[in-house]
Amino acid sequence: MRGTRRRRALYWIATHALALALAAMFLGPLVFVGLTALMTDQQALTSQLWPHSWNWDNFAEVFERSPLLRWLGNTLLYAVLGTAAMLLSSIPVAYALARFRFPGRRVAFLLVITMMMLPPQVVAVPVYLIWARAGLTGTLWPLILPMLLGDAFSIFLLRQFLLTIPKEYVEAARVDGCSDLRTLLRVILPMARPAVAAVALFQFFYCWNDYYGPLLYASTNLDNWTLSLGLASFKALHSVQWNLTMAATLLVMAPVIIVFFLAQRVFIEGVTLTGVKG
Amino acid sequence: MSLTRTAPRWRRREGLRALLWLSPWLTGFAVFFLYPLLATVYFSFHRYDLFTLEFIGLDNYRYLLRDPRALVAIQNTLWLVVFMVPVQLVFALGLAQLVTRLKAGAGFFRTVFYLPSLVPLVAGTVSFVFLLNPATGPLNQALRLIGVSGPDWFGDPAWSKPSLTLLGMWGIGNVMVIFLAALLDVPRHLYEAAEIDGAGAWRCFRSITLPLISPVLMFSAVTGVIYALQYFTQAMIAARVASGSTDSPGTTFVPGYPEMSTLTLPQWLFYAGFRDYSMGYACVLALLLFAASMAFTLVLLRRFRGLDEEGGLR
Repeated sequence: MRGTRRRRALYWIATHALALALAAMFLGPLVFVGLTALMTDQQALTSQLWPHSWNWDNFAEVFERSPLLRWLGNTLLYAVLGTAAMLLSSIPVAYALARFRFPGRRVAFLLVITMMMLPPQVVAVPVYLIWARAGLTGTLWPLILPMLLGDAFSIFLLRQFLLTIPKEYVEAARVDGCSDLRTLLRVILPMARPAVAAVALFQFFYCWNDYYGPLLYASTNLDNWTLSLGLASFKALHSVQWNLTMAATLLVMAPVIIVFFLAQRVFIEGVTLTGVKG
Repeated sequence: MSLTRTAPRWRRREGLRALLWLSPWLTGFAVFFLYPLLATVYFSFHRYDLFTLEFIGLDNYRYLLRDPRALVAIQNTLWLVVFMVPVQLVFALGLAQLVTRLKAGAGFFRTVFYLPSLVPLVAGTVSFVFLLNPATGPLNQALRLIGVSGPDWFGDPAWSKPSLTLLGMWGIGNVMVIFLAALLDVPRHLYEAAEIDGAGAWRCFRSITLPLISPVLMFSAVTGVIYALQYFTQAMIAARVASGSTDSPGTTFVPGYPEMSTLTLPQWLFYAGFRDYSMGYACVLALLLFAASMAFTLVLLRRFRGLDEEGGLR
């Protein structure tokens, strides 16, 4: 029996040591980004890893040397309006797909999955031409406006969640004389809050992180650049050292990481919902 | 009699009500998907540069076969599908398995492994180009300490795709979370029974874990492949930052630095269509991408077809 206990202890140590080593590798990049962000110009040119002096001014300098606030404003415009439009359009669609029984309901759901899976580049040329004809290339509107017509991934995720709500709730509401809309707003939405929070967060971060969309539509107009576009060109555009580039990188990452820690459960539950149900 | 034949009044117009509720999405489907898909086919037979439209039959398709860059782009995209995706999936499964074995701090480790997947792609990629830069990057310095001279990572055509794979492994946390949930769903008593029967760890994994999580594995594999087919941002940013070019209008940048080794199919499509304005040819590349991703989407659709009717909301 002593042998098994010893084996258990060794196993415990081995798994936890491995986990710690991996955790160091996962956090390492963020730590080095942080350390470099605080170095001086000269030190960033050297191979030293620990800052001689802690240059918190680097963050202020990033704001001075680049239009970071403008990029931030544009990114927020895209993310806030995009998310609001997505919620407005996708919740009713998911509700209808989960609730109504009608011919073609299955086909409609399969089409949602297809639209969710197919790369956006597949239809990029004609969609770009639509926006070019509308005179909206060079702005972020081609990325925001389509959100008013529903987002496939959000519809999919919301529908999966709505299907877990027992139908008795809907029937009770109907007996009470609730209209479809009232049932959605008063009965379904309060119960679907975790799923709505998850898709809202995912959409917000999708917009915040999006590079392909802004590159396609807004890269020709410096006034409408987002953080992604700015950061991608930061080092070359402002001919700066790694320290300022890393400071800018950190500033772009920080909001995402802060929101994650504030709403960790929403994320983990949302991610789980994308993979397991179905 | 009439009770069984006529549907209740509130249900009779359900199809119409559904149509009303779905109409915004149906509009979006028609305008931003169906029409563009048909238009892509139409443009693929034309030369189109935003100003003149000329029918050229199959010339765009013939050009695809002679376009050396398209060939390289297809090869690189295939490399990602064949190497990067399996490496990522196995790594994510290993991480998830490890977390299930931890008695202390499982929640902490789950958070740490998940966190990098939230880092914006652009920020993550810029960070990796810095971390792996051969002169002052921490990774090569660490390697030097143990007497290994590290490669030029993002600057070496042989190492650029493995570098991107490292970046992909760092950001695999969301898949790890999905696997973790699936692993925790496997009933404990199955393992206990197997242990009593004297089955080893590998045997338990192969005979219990793998079959029970295979639907989740399959889902993640298919989505992983489809993401690999549209792989764009990380490759583009790595090439830009490593080569020192910008997104500014009027600048020229040949993607795929170094030596086209990171040029993927969607990137070449982007350049053909929106930088060279060879929109007809870009549509041919788009159709190629469509065919490849549709093949994998069909696998998913088969899985979802049967699972529709179980839910709660009628």
